[in-house]
Amino acid sequence: MPHTQPPIELLRFNTCGSVDDGKSTLIGRLLYDSKSLMEDQVEALEKSANITGGGQINLANLTDGLRAEREQGITIDVAYRYFATPKRKFIVADTPGHVQYTRNMVTGASTANLSIVLVDARLGVIEQTRRHTYISALLGIPHLVIAVNKMDLVDWSEDRFNEIRTEIENFLPKLGVFRDVKFIPLSALQGDNVVDLSDKTPWYDGPSLLGHLETVHIASDRNFASFRFPVQWVNRPNNPTDKSLHDFRGLSGQVASGVVKRGETVVVLPSGIKSKVKDIWTLDGSLEEAFCPQSVTICLEDDIDISRGDMIVGRENLCGRSTELQAKLCWMNPRALQAGRKFFLKHTTQTVQAIVTRIESRINVSTYDAEPDPAALAMNDIGVVHIKTAKPLLFDGYDTNRLTGSFILVEQGTNATVAAGMLYPPTEAAKPEYGDFAI
Amino acid sequence: MSSYHLDHLQYLETEAIHVMREVAAEFERPVLLFSGGKDSICLLRLAEKAFRPSDIPMPFLNIETGHEFPELIRFRDSRAKELGAKLIVRTVDDAIAKGLAHPAPGEISRNKLQTPALLGALEEFRFDCAIGGARRDEEKARAKERFFSFRDSFGQWDPKNQRPEIWNLYNARVNPGENMRVFPISNWTEMDVWQYIKQERLEVPTIYFSHERECFWRGGQWIPVPTPHTDTTKPDPYAGARPKPNEPVKKLVVRVRTIADMISTGMIESPADSVDDIIGEVAAARVTERGTRADDKASEAAMEDRKKAGYF
Repeated sequence: MPHTQPPIELLRFNTCGSVDDGKSTLIGRLLYDSKSLMEDQVEALEKSANITGGGQINLANLTDGLRAEREQGITIDVAYRYFATPKRKFIVADTPGHVQYTRNMVTGASTANLSIVLVDARLGVIEQTRRHTYISALLGIPHLVIAVNKMDLVDWSEDRFNEIRTEIENFLPKLGVFRDVKFIPLSALQGDNVVDLSDKTPWYDGPSLLGHLETVHIASDRNFASFRFPVQWVNRPNNPTDKSLHDFRGLSGQVASGVVKRGETVVVLPSGIKSKVKDIWTLDGSLEEAFCPQSVTICLEDDIDISRGDMIVGRENLCGRSTELQAKLCWMNPRALQAGRKFFLKHTTQTVQAIVTRIESRINVSTYDAEPDPAALAMNDIGVVHIKTAKPLLFDGYDTNRLTGSFILVEQGTNATVAAGMLYPPTEAAKPEYGDFAI
Repeated sequence: MSSYHLDHLQYLETEAIHVMREVAAEFERPVLLFSGGKDSICLLRLAEKAFRPSDIPMPFLNIETGHEFPELIRFRDSRAKELGAKLIVRTVDDAIAKGLAHPAPGEISRNKLQTPALLGALEEFRFDCAIGGARRDEEKARAKERFFSFRDSFGQWDPKNQRPEIWNLYNARVNPGENMRVFPISNWTEMDVWQYIKQERLEVPTIYFSHERECFWRGGQWIPVPTPHTDTTKPDPYAGARPKPNEPVKKLVVRVRTIADMISTGMIESPADSVDDIIGEVAAARVTERGTRADDKASEAAMEDRKKAGYF
């Protein structure tokens, strides 16, 4: 039976656009046309159509799950949806478009491989389009789709489509990080070019949206270059009944990047002590090697003092180590950020105290220009900041490593998550604490 | 291994293990909610994967409504014992006796009363974090849930003011009296759960497999006839939940797709008696899993309202 075979790959994507340009309708359409909807969901849709919608089915009701969202006809929070085709399995983050909920877009986009930015064909490129494209680039999403929606309302005009395409292509080089960018003309409401190619766009020779989602090359999205293993939990059995476990001392965590092999020499940071990988332990047996993003337990040959927040790395390409950091920051709290404020900073598996020493600039997400020395960063602002931490971070630049290059700021007292940060590359590699260590 | 490739189950697994370990590392007194149902069975395997060869560093907790399927309770107890874990059981009856929960007059289901009972148990043991097996694909309000879902000191969920959750950096900070609900299998679908049960060869309660059972038709579904009332010194816990004269009892070949308790679980007619059969059935299913849950059908926002009040 074909359905018992797990699909080969998982693609995580997010959809973003402004109010009313049909994000939720598009997801509803993908689910509906790929037959991922169940009868009771369709029934519930029809029921609400008869009561409130004048008989017309509203596909957006599928994702707008909160009462306030249905009442106001908007999406408030990130909604996650799941569907599968014989080729791939998908996790969709439906992220809101209106300005005040940009923080949710960052949330949905942070784990995505691909971003769909919706553009209303009638309105063309608006500030939101530039903002959403910018945030997708900022978060390092490798694949971008510009879905030009509501093409039925501009009579499927090729000229209109090309106009929008040219305008976006003009500013994309300023962002310059996408591995590939695809432009697709479609109508989410009517289903053209969403799952099946439409006969209304004979001038378009690309794939349908789903066709693209099923085939876009994502195998090389993950980072296999430099081994990074933030120690998450020290695994030391208390009262092992099995005698062979008396000396078991494992370091549990998820490989953030790269590959490690049994027998390989690794470096423990910040101490800088070298050791060899004795075993890569898992419940299913020992592994010869572990790669990102596997969760494993590493045992070293030497009994070294290691705790949560330390990082095991390969001998080549050490990460950076510093208390002075520069980062792009997306501010997510109604109380604006001023220089001098203190926070908890969570980075990989360690939380340290941090102070924002300077706000270097605020980025205008419509023009992409940096405005120097702003007084503050308001909610949904993105800026470049300087941070000093109480303890050094072991880190990489976000552009090379999304997991060791990212952090969040947490407000002391309220414990609110107030910012998402993306680190600039280190200016120098980590210098181990022990003098006898030589690279 | 020449290519470094994870299939979707391996990806979901490593994500869930990471979440479990964050809980163990960041919280003082976490607890794992284990009902014996298929989702929490997966949680237990993930806990083994996250923490072995050490002991699973948290006890298990289950809140009973008093209307449980006996098969489920037996399974729950034996699985917890097998894993060497401490199992804490609290009941809606306790909560009512302590004045924590107040049944609405005429309401038979005790589903809503699980919320105060759960909050009471969290307070009793000063648990600061409870791991649950909820999945985003179950229900629309759940689709908006975070992995780390913050609850204020009243146990309430505020869906419009959730903490942003970015990358895999989970903000686990809570003040005294507040707590966190953590859902490691947020991203799993019903299909993923069964495929994982198959892959890991996990045992599940027999009630998931096809069997003969007396049922009656109520509220658009087949409801199981409750266990007979024998101890006449106590009031019948199923008063009102037994078939009425105009609800004829039929012996059917059924199984459960999702389990609440005996009075809010609809049985589905099915010949599926193996995990493979169930996977085939899920793939061909035309209604959602929670389509058989009477508790969700109350209104379009039934789940949202219960979650705001502190339910899972």
